[in-house]
Amino acid sequence: MTGTRPIDAYETEWRRPTVFASHRTKWIVYGLGIAFLAWNVWEARVSLERFVYGLGQGAVLLEGMVPPDFGVSVTANGIETERSFWRIYEGMVETLAMSIVATVAGVAISVPVAVMAAENLVPRPVYYVGRAIVSVTRAMHELIVGIVLVVGFGFGALAGVLALVFATPGFFAKLLAEDLEDIDPAQLDAVRSTGAGPLSVLVYGVLPQVLPRMIGLTIYRWDINLRASTILGIVGAGGIGATLNTAFNTYEYDYAMAILLAIIALVVLGEIISAYTRRRVQ
Amino acid sequence: MLSISTLGKTYGTGERALDDVSFDVEGSQVVAVIGPSGAGKSTLIRCINRLTEPTDGEVRLDGTNLTSLSNRELRAARREIGMVFQEYALVERLTVMENVLSGRLGYVSTWRGFRRKFPQEDVQQAYATLDRVGLRGHEDDRADELSGGQRQRVGIARAVLQRPKIVLADEPTSSLDPETSRAVMELLTEIAREESIPVLINIHEVPLAREHADRIIGLTDGKLVFDGTPDELDDRALDRIYRSEEPGGNADRQGTPEPEPTAGDDVNPPLERVKADARSSPEGR
Amino acid sequence: MADTEDRDGVTEYPEWNRHDVTTRLVRFLGLLGAVSLTVLAWRGLGVRYEYVASAPTEIRNLFGRMYPPDVAYTGDIVTPMLHTVNIAVVGTLGAICLALPVAYLGARNTTPNDATYAIGKLIISGSRSVHSIIWALVFVIMFGTGVLAGILAVTFRSIGFIAKLLAEEIEEIDETAVEAVRATGGGPLDVLIYGVVPQVKAGFVGIAVYRWDINVREATIIGLVGAGGIGVELNNRINAFDWPAVLTILLAILAVVLVSEFVSAYARRMVR
Ligand SMILES: Nc1ncnc2c1ncn2[C@@H]1O[C@H](COP(=O)(O)OP(=O)(O)O)[C@@H](O)[C@H]1O
Ligand SMILES: [Mg+2]
Repeated sequence: MTGTRPIDAYETEWRRPTVFASHRTKWIVYGLGIAFLAWNVWEARVSLERFVYGLGQGAVLLEGMVPPDFGVSVTANGIETERSFWRIYEGMVETLAMSIVATVAGVAISVPVAVMAAENLVPRPVYYVGRAIVSVTRAMHELIVGIVLVVGFGFGALAGVLALVFATPGFFAKLLAEDLEDIDPAQLDAVRSTGAGPLSVLVYGVLPQVLPRMIGLTIYRWDINLRASTILGIVGAGGIGATLNTAFNTYEYDYAMAILLAIIALVVLGEIISAYTRRRVQ
Repeated sequence: MLSISTLGKTYGTGERALDDVSFDVEGSQVVAVIGPSGAGKSTLIRCINRLTEPTDGEVRLDGTNLTSLSNRELRAARREIGMVFQEYALVERLTVMENVLSGRLGYVSTWRGFRRKFPQEDVQQAYATLDRVGLRGHEDDRADELSGGQRQRVGIARAVLQRPKIVLADEPTSSLDPETSRAVMELLTEIAREESIPVLINIHEVPLAREHADRIIGLTDGKLVFDGTPDELDDRALDRIYRSEEPGGNADRQGTPEPEPTAGDDVNPPLERVKADARSSPEGR
Repeated sequence: MADTEDRDGVTEYPEWNRHDVTTRLVRFLGLLGAVSLTVLAWRGLGVRYEYVASAPTEIRNLFGRMYPPDVAYTGDIVTPMLHTVNIAVVGTLGAICLALPVAYLGARNTTPNDATYAIGKLIISGSRSVHSIIWALVFVIMFGTGVLAGILAVTFRSIGFIAKLLAEEIEEIDETAVEAVRATGGGPLDVLIYGVVPQVKAGFVGIAVYRWDINVREATIIGLVGAGGIGVELNNRINAFDWPAVLTILLAILAVVLVSEFVSAYARRMVR
């Protein structure tokens, strides 16, 4: 089909537009990206021999893992439990308890941080402090904080709980602050116009708008804390992870497998409870 | 010449959507296929280029029996059949130009297609066609930045770029407002004249069909019940096509699917956020 | 949101009063349950109050021992830090390769049949429910300490994450656009390149880069069980009570994680 002009009046070249400043920049960025990836792959080069050896070890490991040994046996006298079963049980209870305590304490310290990190509610300098707290607590993994705190507080759940509390603002305050920034300013003005002070404005103008979201985020954070509590024990910070680590170190692979399955069950259960209650609340 | 004989389609569900349909189309005829929702209009169109496999009968295009072609031959045959879709069916994230040039994919190698290195004639043709349909200067826009009418013009340009022997259009106007619908119908009829190819259009609105078509085919329950000129489409004929239903087209627009709302389940805020970041502006407007 | 609920109750439900009472009761019971659960959990932990009371002092002491960070030590952590980034990059690449077929199986519209769909979902949830440090424990046993175990740990943990999101992306594809490319006479590869890839590309890059960002953080810890990277160094310094060096490492981790977060956000903004 011809357009409004003779066909030869139209261009013969078309180039896909790019989001970069120019096509040249695009190729430079792509080139750098590929070079970076290539360098990484080269740097990590793995000898085939070692890989194959590892696969063999994997087979041995797998053989040692099945069937898992939960420390429960069914005999003629009924069900018998060994000490190892109760170690799993205690570890799981401790894990669960850690996750709950850490969630409550973590949310308690995160709420003020969230207010600080909400651009529309606080003065600039406070906002920057709030954002900094969020960034730092987000960047440090619970396990890193955990291993440091274990030195300060000794082995056990306290170090783990504190590590989780430390990590909470990075998640909770960050997301809550985003919601706080989206609240309806008209409702704030309504409360302000009654002559209320800043705290009353927060309680009567802001809180009702974000409460359901806060509850949802709390449950979600609990879910995350539960997962984290299962592994903090690996660095000695309480929970089932310690038992798992010991089982691996003492080559009790069938017991380790049992602990792993218990952990997965707990995590999946937590996820289901969290998803269900969040749906109910929101 | 498109020649359809005793075409039939029974879906896996047992639904007999098309039954013993025969007709020929040639020259630069604009043929409107009308009929109530569920009459089998889409099935008919899609059986022609075998996006839906017919279960009986034959479709011949210039003598080639399309129904018996192998996959490879079918692809070659599809190059000669342009298709315009109800919901435009553009690749939203590609530019207008890429969508139009995709009409040439059957002719260029995959490697050239991948690099968007189309032959000069194709690029010229694409520019000219975009100019023709009134979209000059929109080449570099992304398809999802356009309005409905503009998108359908891109869809038509894509079909035209195939230099097809026939254009099929499945309710090309049902997502558009009346004024834009008219413009799109005009464009399709003009293309039939300019390219001297027949255009087969499924359409819901009888007045639009009357106004633009040279010939009207009526379908009911998968059967061809009317074939004649717009003048011959009297009340009796309409009654036969629409049976108990009220003739007059415009009342019957609820068949148009709404654009999909973007799913917003807020289960995993951080994960959702990636996807939201990654995704662009919402489609449809 | 709660606010609208109440207003609806007032205007639309004739028995709004009762409605309000039940809501309050549910809320009260929920609160009561949460409080007693917390108390119970706290009791269950058996933490001595003296320890908690001394926590601020302990933390201050710890910081006192760490500060100032050991600047001279910075040079020694460059290599382990590079290993950390390396583990994250190669681990993510590996995960992407393995996640592509899994996503194909785990998406309703591409999976061949119900059995393959179930397999896809099983791999996804299996990979996701085991934390990377646990994967690291396993792979250290298999392949010995070092970067390889770390890469595999990151890979296995990420497969499920990437495949899950990618499968959702695939499920959202507009099929008619794909069909339109097929209708022009394009071959299967053309259909893939023009119909499918543009629709999933941005989502895919977003997911991959986002996961890489998460993996940098994960790669800092897997060294704690010997799977390579900065975690090994951190563990060593802690065991040697070399506190200023520990602070240096913590600051370096902070810097690397923040930079990767920035890069990831930037890349996601660029690809649309
Ligand atoms: N993919 C399909 N599977 C089963 N039945 C179908 C399918 N597509 C259409 N049908 C049925 O075939 C009949 C004709 O449909 P269609 O060709 O879409 O009608 P129209 O385009 O005239 O509204 C309808 O009853 C519809 O339910
Ligand atoms: Mg239809």
